[in-house]
Amino acid sequence: MTDRQADEGLYDYALREPRLPGPENRENDRLEIPIEERLHIYETQQLLRQFEKRAYDLFLQNLVKGTSHLSLGMEAVSAGFGHAMRPDDYTFATYRGHAHTLARGAAPGPVLAELLGRENGILKGKGGSMHLTSVEHGMMGSYAIIGAHLTIANGTAWSAQMRGTDQVTVCFFGDGTTNIGAFHEALNFAVIWDLPVVFVCENNLYMEYTPIDLITAVPNPAADRAGAYGLDAILVDGNDADAVYQVAKRVIERARAGQGPSLVEAQTYREQGHSRADPGKYRPPAEIEAWKQRDPIPMYHERLLRLGVPEGDLSSIQQDVARRVDEATEFAKGGSHPGPEHLMTDVWADGGSAWRN
Amino acid sequence: MAELTYRTAVAHGIAQEMRRDPNLVMLGEDIAGAGGVFKTTVGLLDEFGPYRIRDTPISEQAILGAAMGAAMTGVPVIAEIMFSDFIAVCFDLLANEMAKARYMTGGQMSVPVVVRTANGGGSRFGAQHSQSVENWVMMIPGLKVVAPSTPVDVVGLMAAAIRDPDPVVFFEHKSLMADKGEVPDGEIVDQLGVAKVVREGTDCTIVALALMVPRALQAAEQLAERGISAEVVDVRSLVPLDTRTILGSVSKTSRLFTVEENPRLCGWGAEIASIVADELFWDLDGPVVRITTPHIPLPAAEALEDMAIPSVDRIVHTVSDRMG
Repeated sequence: MTDRQADEGLYDYALREPRLPGPENRENDRLEIPIEERLHIYETQQLLRQFEKRAYDLFLQNLVKGTSHLSLGMEAVSAGFGHAMRPDDYTFATYRGHAHTLARGAAPGPVLAELLGRENGILKGKGGSMHLTSVEHGMMGSYAIIGAHLTIANGTAWSAQMRGTDQVTVCFFGDGTTNIGAFHEALNFAVIWDLPVVFVCENNLYMEYTPIDLITAVPNPAADRAGAYGLDAILVDGNDADAVYQVAKRVIERARAGQGPSLVEAQTYREQGHSRADPGKYRPPAEIEAWKQRDPIPMYHERLLRLGVPEGDLSSIQQDVARRVDEATEFAKGGSHPGPEHLMTDVWADGGSAWRN
Repeated sequence: MAELTYRTAVAHGIAQEMRRDPNLVMLGEDIAGAGGVFKTTVGLLDEFGPYRIRDTPISEQAILGAAMGAAMTGVPVIAEIMFSDFIAVCFDLLANEMAKARYMTGGQMSVPVVVRTANGGGSRFGAQHSQSVENWVMMIPGLKVVAPSTPVDVVGLMAAAIRDPDPVVFFEHKSLMADKGEVPDGEIVDQLGVAKVVREGTDCTIVALALMVPRALQAAEQLAERGISAEVVDVRSLVPLDTRTILGSVSKTSRLFTVEENPRLCGWGAEIASIVADELFWDLDGPVVRITTPHIPLPAAEALEDMAIPSVDRIVHTVSDRMG
């Protein structure tokens, strides 16, 4: 009897060989992406980074209750896709959905207020960190039991196909999701119905606390499965927002043109643990260090400098974002705790929760 | 007025709503070309075409997920889960996704989906294709649950379920498929959350659902010969639950029997018994008695299955014994 975990002879994963990032591709400086768009992508990455850091600070102050899953280190994926999408396109995310919600344009104040469980939260305090949704921004929900949301994403794509709107659905999930049945049902279904949907695996190398390679039959959990559904294997550097943006544009346009679904695997790294409770100590220190050197935001900053953007322009973007995050914090802290009048509302379409007469 | 079978009434009800609402679509396994394994969707593909009546792979999660996603964007969807036992395969979509979407999003999301499914025993299919699982979904906040017992109720409740903006699970009983009943011409739209007194009586109330309704009616007939006047209530809708009709009947008869095909523990009758005990305790002349399938997986053999599911005889004997 043998299995990969047992063969390693250890469950202290921090002692394993580190999985290192590939080198940065400087050729991507030359991608045909207008500088204005690049500045927007930079600003979004700054917002996601500063928002998540603030959310973390607010945990430490015990103002964020429950759990929360941060996207620190993974901002380039949500920013790259967010900017490649049309305002009426649809997004689906997992419990790690703060970044995807903000990247679609939801205001940071109500998102942060939701994390704090306040009445002025984007879900009125009833969903919390793991269920962020903003239908008016096409953010169709964060789903905390991974897998099912890929099948639901097929539904919005089917709807767009039936209504002839050419809207595209983009559905994000982690590497761990590729081992649940719904992932496979959803891919097969999307292909046989030619649905305008893009599935994006954010491979951050860990399924919660366990290295993904130990528990997955193939090295690239999403890309290596694509062929089973007649799809191209698409791997992209998930720490390079321009690379992500370019791939996103291509697969989204393909879906919009009626050419069916795509599956993209973005290789990235979670700078912290899985959730609030996890210090992430199962990761080899050399691995953490190597990925820190490939942090998407300083990398993008350097690229913009190489492209001739003055440092002052970038620091003023940073400061502007810092001000917005401060304002969002004040907005969130200023919200009241929801009162009893909210407990029994919005179970049914009539606004109430009555189950008997 | 036409006489329709229960199974034809299913297609009749769906067709009525598809003619009314050109956006309404349906998906499921073998529902298009084959007309459904219970022949409940015969003729719909011909009338409404392959874009509105769609066959799917055996992928229950993908079926309910697609239904939910389309519904979230305003497209009403009917999804068929071939046997209600298979709800267990896609329970996440029902219990965690559709049911909670509106509440969790602070009211942003609406999920107008009807999940149709063939429920119940009597077909000798064994433990994985025969269960009566209405109690599985009744317990979930955010789902509505109906289970008609006659062809006209199939049509009317189907229309009500489809027009409802919330997710509704619609149980079609396998052993009622061949039953016939009068269905009036023209549009029929019923109401969710309304029980019906289907036989009046004065000595006791028998509350039943789906296949148990005709059995309760036959039992009432035999009980009358024994001098017991039983009132029979067809619950029809478990959520919302028409407690007013049930409490009204029990306050008149002072005795309550439930007849449930679901296995005993946490069956819907337990909830009704609890409500009656709480709100009509001093009006009762005797204990509330639940007549249920025992707490066992269903057996396949004809002889055993018939012993398990409440029969007319069992209802008659239990009621007359307990009425003393």
